Amino acid sequence: MSVFLSLLRRDLGLLLGGERRGATLLPILFFLAVAMLYPFAVGPDAPVLARTGGGVLWIAALLAAILPLDRLVEPDLELGLFDQLALRGISEELAMTARMVAHWLSFAPALLLAALPASALVGIDAATLKTVELGLLAGTPGLAALGVLVAALTAGLRGGAALGGLLVIPLAVPLLVFGAGSLATGGEAGLALTAACSLVLVAITPFAAGAAIRSGRG
Amino acid sequence: MQECRLTARDLACRRGDRLLFRGLALDLASGAALQVRGANGTGKSSLIRILAGLLTPFAGSVERSGAMALLDERPALDPALPLAKALAFWQRLDGPVENHAAQLGLLPLAEVPVRYLSTGQKKRAALARMAGQGAPIWLLDEPLNGLDTRGVALVEELVAQHCAQGGIALVASHQPITLPGGAAIDLVDFAA
Repeated sequence: MSVFLSLLRRDLGLLLGGERRGATLLPILFFLAVAMLYPFAVGPDAPVLARTGGGVLWIAALLAAILPLDRLVEPDLELGLFDQLALRGISEELAMTARMVAHWLSFAPALLLAALPASALVGIDAATLKTVELGLLAGTPGLAALGVLVAALTAGLRGGAALGGLLVIPLAVPLLVFGAGSLATGGEAGLALTAACSLVLVAITPFAAGAAIRSGRG
Repeated sequence: MQECRLTARDLACRRGDRLLFRGLALDLASGAALQVRGANGTGKSSLIRILAGLLTPFAGSVERSGAMALLDERPALDPALPLAKALAFWQRLDGPVENHAAQLGLLPLAEVPVRYLSTGQKKRAALARMAGQGAPIWLLDEPLNGLDTRGVALVEELVAQHCAQGGIALVASHQPITLPGGAAIDLVDFAA
């Protein structure tokens, strides 16, 4: 457990304060920028904005989650970090679990906060905002897991960042369908299904990402 | 230091469709040091990675008893962090063991971010990380790269100390290095 906490502490320190803090700040600014641009693009028609605003926030959140991919795993692979951990008997799975938790902690709370001003920018009402916030709370663990998974798969590849973005989008469709779908029905079923998707992604990511790191050794 | 042993039998290594070496055997017991020589591209680094368990040999087997520490061209220290903090991360994982920072002349660099260190300074920092692991088996891949004469003497001194305490050191280097016992193998002899 203390090994896990040491890894988590390092990853969080790097993502929040180290040279990779851009991986944290950039997605939030991007998210807010999309929310700000949307009313300019579709015009100040309040009913249209209110009906579509929630979905736009979801798309913005999903695209924002793609931005930090190249900074999640690649730098540590170049450092030889995972080799050094392996020599100490620390599995790639454990390292990837720590990375996933650190990634979620570094962007999800800030995203949930940023959704408040963003909801005002796209003009959605309080009830819709609540559904968006709950949906993002249920969906962001899945987005974080997906980010780490794809970052581990594409680390070390030339053009890995662009490829990573393309890989995340189809895999994130279920989260988007259920998460944004819960806005239309306003029901809890959508939220529950979003959370279920997240759970599946969180459960498979440590193993899939760990296997990706191992098979990348050569 | 605990008893340790590193044995390899009939090792062969293939990279792509090229067989780099075959029939390589070695047996190192506590206190032994061995230099692996060989020109560039003969498989020194691959041998180190096979012995470390990071690469699967094409043929043969490796037996290890005792923990291993690896030094290669990547320092595994976070570039953005001050040296002391970057080393402290590994110290937390490895537990309190002898600190080699003073011996390696790193104390004045404690507050300098790792990315501002020179090549030789980075190498010495990586040596401190490796020695601080407290593992009985040391695998060093080109430890002399970028080091000045004083640095080379430091590496020789560290390795001699380590072997005197019952550790194993395997050094892959194309440069001359003085090791206790002076044993060496050349990968050319095992070229396929």
